[in-house]
Amino acid sequence: MKGLLISRNDLNSWIKSLAEKYKTFAPVRTESYDQFSMITSPEEINWAYRNTRLSPKALFHPHSEKMFQFSLDPRDPSKNILKEAPKDFSPRVIVGIRPCDAYALKLVDLNFDTSQYKDPWWTKRREITTLIGLACTSPGLTCFCKAVGTGPFDTRGVDILLVPLEDAFLLEIITEKGQILVEKYNPGGQEPPPEVLNNVEKLKSQAESAISSFGNLELLSENSVSDFFDAPLWNEVQFGCINCGTCTFLCPTCWCFDIQDEVYRDKGCRLRLWDSCMFPLFTLHGSGHNPRAQKVQRVRQRFMHKLKYFVDKYRQGVACVGCGRCVEFCPVNIDIRDIIRRMISLSECAV
Amino acid sequence: MENPYKPYPVIIDDIIVETDDKNLRTFHLKFLNSEDERKFNYMPGQFAEISVAGQGEVPIGIASSPTEKGFLKFTINKVGKVTTYLHNMKPGEIIGVRGPLGNSYPWDKLEGSNVVIIGGGFAFTTLRSSIVYMLHPENRPKYGDITVVYGARNPGLLLYKEELFAWERRDDLTLHITVDATDDPEWKYNVGFVPAITKEKAPSSENAYAIVCGPPIMIKFTLPVLSDLGFPPDRIITSLEMRMKCGIGMCGRCNIGTEYVCKDGPVFTFEQLSKLPNEY
Repeated sequence: MKGLLISRNDLNSWIKSLAEKYKTFAPVRTESYDQFSMITSPEEINWAYRNTRLSPKALFHPHSEKMFQFSLDPRDPSKNILKEAPKDFSPRVIVGIRPCDAYALKLVDLNFDTSQYKDPWWTKRREITTLIGLACTSPGLTCFCKAVGTGPFDTRGVDILLVPLEDAFLLEIITEKGQILVEKYNPGGQEPPPEVLNNVEKLKSQAESAISSFGNLELLSENSVSDFFDAPLWNEVQFGCINCGTCTFLCPTCWCFDIQDEVYRDKGCRLRLWDSCMFPLFTLHGSGHNPRAQKVQRVRQRFMHKLKYFVDKYRQGVACVGCGRCVEFCPVNIDIRDIIRRMISLSECAV
Repeated sequence: MENPYKPYPVIIDDIIVETDDKNLRTFHLKFLNSEDERKFNYMPGQFAEISVAGQGEVPIGIASSPTEKGFLKFTINKVGKVTTYLHNMKPGEIIGVRGPLGNSYPWDKLEGSNVVIIGGGFAFTTLRSSIVYMLHPENRPKYGDITVVYGARNPGLLLYKEELFAWERRDDLTLHITVDATDDPEWKYNVGFVPAITKEKAPSSENAYAIVCGPPIMIKFTLPVLSDLGFPPDRIITSLEMRMKCGIGMCGRCNIGTEYVCKDGPVFTFEQLSKLPNEY
């Protein structure tokens, strides 16, 4: 590990110099919650935040994004021909992203960045963005990162990890991208003395021990799809669900989207918009047939996709990072932790 | 890598009304840029997103065969917003095509085998592509006997009638045309549902693959017939339909179990389908 002990003041002036060169996003307090916003000064950052209400996925996969534009003007020789919509891909820095949310981006990469097809906008935004993570020293009541294989100090998704200490930060350089940023804009600081590193280890194990395990997640891949699919569990889980889609909206690993054309007079654009497997229209055929017409099918789809299909398809664990947003904001208190426990216990019974 | 969401511009060259109810029209499309045509390398069984600026996109099976050069052919049922708009378009207008998408029928496996094709209604499009492909003089020696059972509700709803009647006269292909019912006294082909005609004609399963496409009810009753004839599930091939948007395995809606129908399918064997949740 390459680390620097850096004072709060030095960190602030470093971020200030970054914000002058890059579009810089950070958690900012707005009304009663925190959200990622573009900042010009480090004073705007809420370092004490637990996590943002909306996950930072929108910085890479906007809620609504113009994909193409076109003219419908009969006098225009390029009428009806789609052209790429202009976009700003200047380099960016995200400061203060939590390790769970940063790792979520890695999981979504598996969908958008494949050997066969690459989503041009997702991959471009990933490429131009450097992630400066903020380790989590006091996980919230709904946090369960460690139990699903990430962690409050997980470095796998970030380029740099900041560990908050009493009046300073430990700045760990994780990737080459992080190294470049530190070389280009010197943050100052000094080599951390051993007692600081010991303290960091202590903070890390304290944070991790605040999260209890669900048991062996490997069991999810040992059972067949049909063992889970036909389990009576889903009928119980779906009972309270009102299909509001809050879970998918907030989830950092939900990426499903819709494509729609919008027209105003003789100009139009093709948009990509977040969509949700919770909505019946998501799968409604033109013929009227709907393979997931019932609520129980849609609820099952969401959990099975995250906890079984994704696991089997990519062999990279579950598509959940334990941020706890869906647990906190579900209006009927459906708790994914409870569902994971029940799926594991189904597997234990079967084994 | 090119933007996989960007359609190639094409011009509507011809529109043919296929059925008496006028609900099915075949669109002949020509690429505006010849380099796009070279990039559009497809095999029978694949589909494409037809893109109409301001209306949206629809996933449609490719009805032309890669052996037919210079145009693409799509037979489109009038169902929703985009297809209704398409049905009102005229030759000469510009639309877009994005693809080819999905897998194809397993042509490398089919080589050296007898092929039984069973189609119902307007699901015959990629089957037409397959037949034209196999009948091409360069490809015909690669396949054994080709047997086709194709049915529609009535004679007026059969697609590609002229071609059908021409194929019927060939000796390198056995074609059984059938309709559910007809009051046409001149009708000289079969009358009966596709599963019943398949049972009656009993194509041999020896060294054979069956490709079955049609409405769910037809597939439901054809599967046991094929099973009785000795076709194992890994030699019965079908093509699934799902609502799609991106066509490249990213937007999530056509997901069934571990598979995305648009990218990992739409062609599956019944052996593969038996391992997936029954959500299609």
